[in-house]
Amino acid sequence: MDLDRSRPPSAVPSLKRSSERGARSAIVAFVSTVAFFGAFAVVVVNSEAWPAFRNQFFNGDVFVDAWPIVVSGFWLDIQMFVVAEIAILAFALLLAAIRALRGPAFFPLRMLVIAFIDLIRGIPIILLILLLGFGLPALRLTGVPNSPLFWGVVALIISYSAYTAEVYRSGIESVHPSQVMSARSIGLTQTQALRHVVIPQAVRNVVPALLNGLVSLQKDVALVYILGVREAVREAQIITARSFNYTPYVITAVLFLLISVPVARVADWYTERDRERRAGQS
Amino acid sequence: MSTKLELERVTKSYGDVVVLDEVDLAVADHDVVCLIGSSGSGKSTLLKCVDLLLPIDSGRVVLDGDMISGPDVDADLVRQRLGIVFQSFNLFPHMSVAENITLGPRKVLGVDPAEARDRALGLLGRFGLADKADDYPDRLSGGQQQRVAIVRALAGGPELMLLDEVTSALDPELVAEVLGVIRELKDEGMTMLIATHEMGFARDIADTVCFLDQGRILEQGPPERIFGEPIEQRTREFLERIISAGRL
Repeated sequence: MDLDRSRPPSAVPSLKRSSERGARSAIVAFVSTVAFFGAFAVVVVNSEAWPAFRNQFFNGDVFVDAWPIVVSGFWLDIQMFVVAEIAILAFALLLAAIRALRGPAFFPLRMLVIAFIDLIRGIPIILLILLLGFGLPALRLTGVPNSPLFWGVVALIISYSAYTAEVYRSGIESVHPSQVMSARSIGLTQTQALRHVVIPQAVRNVVPALLNGLVSLQKDVALVYILGVREAVREAQIITARSFNYTPYVITAVLFLLISVPVARVADWYTERDRERRAGQS
Repeated sequence: MSTKLELERVTKSYGDVVVLDEVDLAVADHDVVCLIGSSGSGKSTLLKCVDLLLPIDSGRVVLDGDMISGPDVDADLVRQRLGIVFQSFNLFPHMSVAENITLGPRKVLGVDPAEARDRALGLLGRFGLADKADDYPDRLSGGQQQRVAIVRALAGGPELMLLDEVTSALDPELVAEVLGVIRELKDEGMTMLIATHEMGFARDIADTVCFLDQGRILEQGPPERIFGEPIEQRTREFLERIISAGRL
């Protein structure tokens, strides 16, 4: 690339050359990829340990037995994920908005939010799940659900909201103060300026970071398995304990990948597009 | 003619730096008052203090007989009566031109959205921007953005317009279109307080010119006198610098 730049710009011939070069390097990349992984596969499959390995992780009979059970558990993971994500996006925004309010009247609220965020971010998420998921149902409170599933999801929401609120906050701080001044000058109150002018721009600025959190949560919902909630990991664990075979875990891993890889790709695509849009603006 | 805006001994400082030093100023109804002076003389701060975007340390600001400075004033209500336009446009980039203009009327005055849009389109049409209503600000030239910002400030029906160096961020060929809009406002009788570096424009449009120096109004009077026979030494020096820079 550097060499190209130092050459005089004789556009047409060099373009042609570079497209020929591009085609050739694509062929080389393809051939070398096939050769490399082909050789790797041959070595692995012919190794002494392969039959035992295949039986342990890719056992066909166990696969057939475990698949419907793990999939139904995974459906619960997806439901927890969707409910928690929606609650997190809303609750975290509320926390960040409160933190962004100025003026002495809001001081106690602001302090409360900052203390909450510091506290929650300082506790391992698994501990929070254990505390709420086992602790609160044990109180047998009336009027609130007593299921570990409910409180496990609440623990996820609380923990992720603390992090996500900080993401929103960085977005709010990235909006130039002149926007607030401008909004106040047409008569908007502080909260109206936040709602109509600051937050829409702030959210747009942090969408890539929010998508990143989404990918992370999609996997972390599995942590509630520790409460005995029969989601995919728990179901896989039960079958594995019975069959001494790890194929159900592989099934679970594949199911998570089916969701998380596309989401990660979309997040990357969006981030790239957003970067180009900004570059085009300035 | 009654007084629209009156400042009495208004003082404002940032730490030890006194930005406004006991400023007295009166703007009569339908008059245009231009503030001139070098950068840092306090012009911009004065406008922001009038719009209550910055708190003053002492003194009083009176708008149409109502005291608007001090702790008991509802600043949001006061700002509805004033329109301010900034040097850097400050349009909302996530909203179309029409949404920028109707935000205030819709959210603050509770105007019906369709009606607010009709009014916005009317204003845009008057200033040659009718076809830009649904564009986003980043699609507009600087001059167009600034004209939209003026329309946005007008949309709330202000009693007084505050213009803070509205042409300073513009390419030279775009300045005229913005100044044209301000002339139109004057012809319609809008009361305006204008901080500007455009001396020729100030001489044309102002009823009164105030020369600010180190936070004080050093001298004020009709433009012919301030630009023709300035009394104060510092005013003369300032004008000479402007003339030698070819700006007057």
